[in-house]
Amino acid sequence: MNLHEYQAKALLAKYGLPVQQGVLAATPEEAAAAFDTLGGKFAVIKAQVHAGGRGKAGGVKVVKSREEATDVTKSLLGTRLVTYQTDALGQPVNSVLVCEDMYPVERELYLGAVVDRGSRRVTFMASTEGGVEIEKVAEETPEKIIKVTVDPLVGMQPCQAREVAFALNLKGEQIAAFTKLMLGAYQAFVDNDFALFEINPLAVRANGALACVDAKIGIDSNALYRHPELSIQRDKSQENERELKASEFDLNYVALEGNIGCMVNGAGLAMATMDIIKLYGGQPANFLDVGGGATKERVIEAFKLILADPSVEGVLINIFGGIVRCDMIAEAIIAAVKEVHVTVPVVVRLEGNNAELGAKLLSESGLKLTPADGLADAAGKIVAAVKA
Amino acid sequence: MSVLVNKDTKVLVQGFTGKNGTFHAEQCMAYGTQIVGGVTPGKGGATHLGRPVFNTMNEAVRTTGANASVIFVPAPFVLDSIVEAVDAGIELIVCITEGVPTLDMLKAKRYIETVGGVTLIGPNCPGIITPGECKIGIMPGHIHRRGKIGIISRSGTLTYEAVAQTTKLGLGQTTCIGIGGDPIPGLNHVGALKLFQNDPETEAIVMIGEIGGTAEEEAAEYIQSEVKKPVVGYIAGVTAPKGKRMGHAGAIISGGKGTAEEKFRAFEKAGMAYTRSPAEIGSTMMELLKSKGMA
Repeated sequence: MNLHEYQAKALLAKYGLPVQQGVLAATPEEAAAAFDTLGGKFAVIKAQVHAGGRGKAGGVKVVKSREEATDVTKSLLGTRLVTYQTDALGQPVNSVLVCEDMYPVERELYLGAVVDRGSRRVTFMASTEGGVEIEKVAEETPEKIIKVTVDPLVGMQPCQAREVAFALNLKGEQIAAFTKLMLGAYQAFVDNDFALFEINPLAVRANGALACVDAKIGIDSNALYRHPELSIQRDKSQENERELKASEFDLNYVALEGNIGCMVNGAGLAMATMDIIKLYGGQPANFLDVGGGATKERVIEAFKLILADPSVEGVLINIFGGIVRCDMIAEAIIAAVKEVHVTVPVVVRLEGNNAELGAKLLSESGLKLTPADGLADAAGKIVAAVKA
Repeated sequence: MSVLVNKDTKVLVQGFTGKNGTFHAEQCMAYGTQIVGGVTPGKGGATHLGRPVFNTMNEAVRTTGANASVIFVPAPFVLDSIVEAVDAGIELIVCITEGVPTLDMLKAKRYIETVGGVTLIGPNCPGIITPGECKIGIMPGHIHRRGKIGIISRSGTLTYEAVAQTTKLGLGQTTCIGIGGDPIPGLNHVGALKLFQNDPETEAIVMIGEIGGTAEEEAAEYIQSEVKKPVVGYIAGVTAPKGKRMGHAGAIISGGKGTAEEKFRAFEKAGMAYTRSPAEIGSTMMELLKSKGMA
């Protein structure tokens, strides 16, 4: 689950991090009032969406008056912001963060953290090259990224933060300020089960003070049960509608660009099914894992989701019935096809317990269901059916 | 021979009396696995599925002499269960539960490293099976046949696919290990490869990976330098979009890293056999073995 910038900054402020001041506004009037409250000569209006690259996409603007703050906010609210990180539809702008003007700044630094899978440690990354994409820095000038891995046994120690501070060429009082900031960030990370944390840029202001100008936080969805105060901050308007609907039924769904809908049990097999469709010259329309117990209800919901995508011209169902019986799954599929009124060709591959009986039920159902024998046969048949 | 589990493995079920624990313990017992009891705090002294229930793992291990455990408890209690199993002296812990917080796994792994001598499989995995001897997990036992292939996989049903294919071709399996779909697994690809390389009965290895992380790249390097047995690789997720989690917590291309193509390239660089079709895992292995005069 991702947090908005304003939510991330509020959370980090609780851990003593120096964040850029800002006021959230959901109307142009609120933005004007926020401009007055901040009291600066300038202010920065930032669209609150779950995507990076807002600046280049026109989602971050400097304003010089309360009138300008009103106008800019009016022009942003209710629109969808398309950045290099979003799909073609973009993300809806429902609020803006009116921020204090920080400029001029002396330098822009980067500080981020992830759970590194290789080292199995929370790993912090810092760089003097703030304000740009860190992936780009990592690729072009990897020597400019300072890495610190934290042993969960002792947690982050001040010596580790100091080392980064010196490596970033910070001086004097900045060393202590940065150490406090980084220790606070680590504490926030482990207390709140962050999956992703990024301050970019971390500004060194003309007066020498540090300030978090933008903040990105992702929370480990598996840990949300122990963070009710974070769960309620989830903004569903920022999520794909069909993926959201799927999550309500405990189905894993990811929309793709093709025309062959897929319904599979198991995440790995679901990916493999998409891949084999492509290998046979087709294009998968989605990833969908119906989970272990492919019951009638789940299959019905899965069909509804797949068919809600107007580009779907055929459906491939691939179920490896391990412990559940394939004839039961076949019955669930038949009932679902009848209930949802499926009109596109459907190829079904059932493997495992009672697979032959399942295939027989499908052929005798009188419905447009084509049984397939094995993965390759299934992929070949659905690709041919859609092209026909 | 086989790896990690055989007919002498004595297994305790953590979360024994729950719905999943009950269903799958019964299936494992029907397969012939020595399920010697289970733990459900507060229900100690009771009998469940004809086996004793204990309040604590310590008591259960002392009484039954178990050396393995399988975890079915809900995700919030997994870390607790792993620590309890380690402290009780269990050598092999198989965690089936899905949805364990990543930071809990960091701690669990750290604890296991500190203690030493413990193997954790999972979480979010189908478990481990040595056909005909011992099944600890949720996989359908009947698709397996005793044979010569070791199988390692991050996915459940995709493992069954590889199992069914190798069974159909008469190759069979020595042991199949589902290492799980989480970003921080217990046993990883390299660890599992090491076990199969040292197992005299395993003649060849199928390694199934998927997008996310760099475990397959590390495995490819390890195979090139250390594994003398034939290996066939497969990676799922060629068509997966960047930045989207594909069902498994660990199956995500983040920051442009962890793509299927990178992993296939690593296989190529290591001179490994591989297939891009999930339908041809078994046949690719068969051809490889034939080319080496092993089948």
